[in-house]
Amino acid sequence: MFDFVQMLVSGIASGSAYALMGLAMVIIYKTSKIPNFAQGEMALAPSFFAYMLIDSYHLPFYIACILTFGFSVFLGCMIEIIVLRKAQKSNVLGMIIITIGLEMILLGFVSWKFGAEPKSMPFPISPYDSIPMKDLIKGTDLIIGTLELFTFTIALILMIIIFLFFKFTKFGIAMKATQQNQVIARAMGINTRRIQMMTWAISSFVGCIAGLLVSSITLHPYMMWDPMLKGFSAAVLGGMASLPGSIIGAYIIGILESLFGGYISIEFKSVVSLMIIVVVLCIKPSGLFARHYIKKV
Amino acid sequence: MSAIIELKDVVTFYDLIIALRSISISIEQGSITAILGNNGAGKSTILKTIMGLISRQPSKGDINFLGGKIAGIPTEQIVRLGISYVPEGREVFSELTVKENLLMGAYTRKDKKGVKKDFPWIYNYFPILKEKENQWAGTLSGGQQQMLAIGRALISRPKLLLLDEPSLGLSPLLVKEIFNIIKAINKEGVTIVLMEQNAKMALTISDYAYILENGRVGIKGPSVELLEKKEVRELYLGIYSGSSRNRYQNIKKK
Repeated sequence: MFDFVQMLVSGIASGSAYALMGLAMVIIYKTSKIPNFAQGEMALAPSFFAYMLIDSYHLPFYIACILTFGFSVFLGCMIEIIVLRKAQKSNVLGMIIITIGLEMILLGFVSWKFGAEPKSMPFPISPYDSIPMKDLIKGTDLIIGTLELFTFTIALILMIIIFLFFKFTKFGIAMKATQQNQVIARAMGINTRRIQMMTWAISSFVGCIAGLLVSSITLHPYMMWDPMLKGFSAAVLGGMASLPGSIIGAYIIGILESLFGGYISIEFKSVVSLMIIVVVLCIKPSGLFARHYIKKV
Repeated sequence: MSAIIELKDVVTFYDLIIALRSISISIEQGSITAILGNNGAGKSTILKTIMGLISRQPSKGDINFLGGKIAGIPTEQIVRLGISYVPEGREVFSELTVKENLLMGAYTRKDKKGVKKDFPWIYNYFPILKEKENQWAGTLSGGQQQMLAIGRALISRPKLLLLDEPSLGLSPLLVKEIFNIIKAINKEGVTIVLMEQNAKMALTISDYAYILENGRVGIKGPSVELLEKKEVRELYLGIYSGSSRNRYQNIKKK
């Protein structure tokens, strides 16, 4: 019992990071129909930016974080303005290739600038802090990592903000409108270019937070590869265009992966998410939570 | 009365295909103007050109709205000047609620309170929308979607309302209802341009009409006169006067 609950908890914690990556990808996919494979590296670059600010310029962690948020928004905007806006005429496949190219460029740049050896982010909470919970369920003790709890809380807050943003703000609704019908959105007076840019900015910001959370455990150029893949799996599981779907998908993957690692094989833990993708795409190709709408004439 | 919008020798291309060949149209303030024509005559293209929805078009000619040139400026700005557009085939945001759709119609408005006050005004015209306020627009019937599209265009408080085939795919009863509402909206002072294939209906409610043929203005005049014109009656209203049927029979006999 103890093992099971413990694995559940750590599954939820890693699921939170996947959920943020998944959300970031879905936000972009919703407005531009591109699965953004550069998402991981768009989170990687700000993480190293924060590391640089703290390590070389000796800024306090929180100030570095705030500057990093600004940097991630700037990065998202720039990528949209410089690359994707110019590439609008190419088809979806072309756009996907572009995002893969961007990923490699960012990865190469980070590796070149900081080197491939792992570093450690001076995160205020270390992975070894924990909150022991005695007698939680009938005499079983539980150890919750402070960092795990922190990750989960931050992810939850961010998800709620994103939900409220898309549900109640004029700008959020305009984003959904743009995603559904760009031409008509323009005819409503919506500046769809600015919307596209903001989409990338918001997504980059969400990804950046995921990146910072991951960097608290490990900081090296390939650190985002795994969360990105899991986030993408979560997004596919959720139907690629559904925000709540990607969150649920991420927790499913996080928990299953953790249980698989605990009971079956720790080496093949990472394969779980890909296995889930394959199975889901075979059984329900539109994803578990896709709400596909059939247009009426 | 002065013209609210004027198109002077407008030429529009879709890539290499010419869609409008030197169109000149002038629309009186406060009027209902019908633009008729067959499929492919260029009706929708005129509206899209006015709205600036076709990139880098019109390639020639001027469009003046309330005295200012609007050809070539971005759509967002054209909307802000007070032109509102109901696209062909409704095109509501199907995965937004009815309320959200209307909110998007009012996107350009800065006065939040005014928008709130205008919701009952729209619901007064289309009570069904009030009922389905929180439902996804995609779940509405065709007629309801048309009402939503008109409401969405109206809530921006436009000076000029462009309607692209509002009768498309609707039952005759519903068409009548929609046209009555269009008339009522016009009475409130909104100038209306109506693109229609349903020529008879359009000519009955409009003050002035243009008939397009192959991207050109073929016939124009006050709607009352066009209703009486023989060629209009035969070609667009399907009403044959005795003589022409005889002539057709004569040809057949030969």
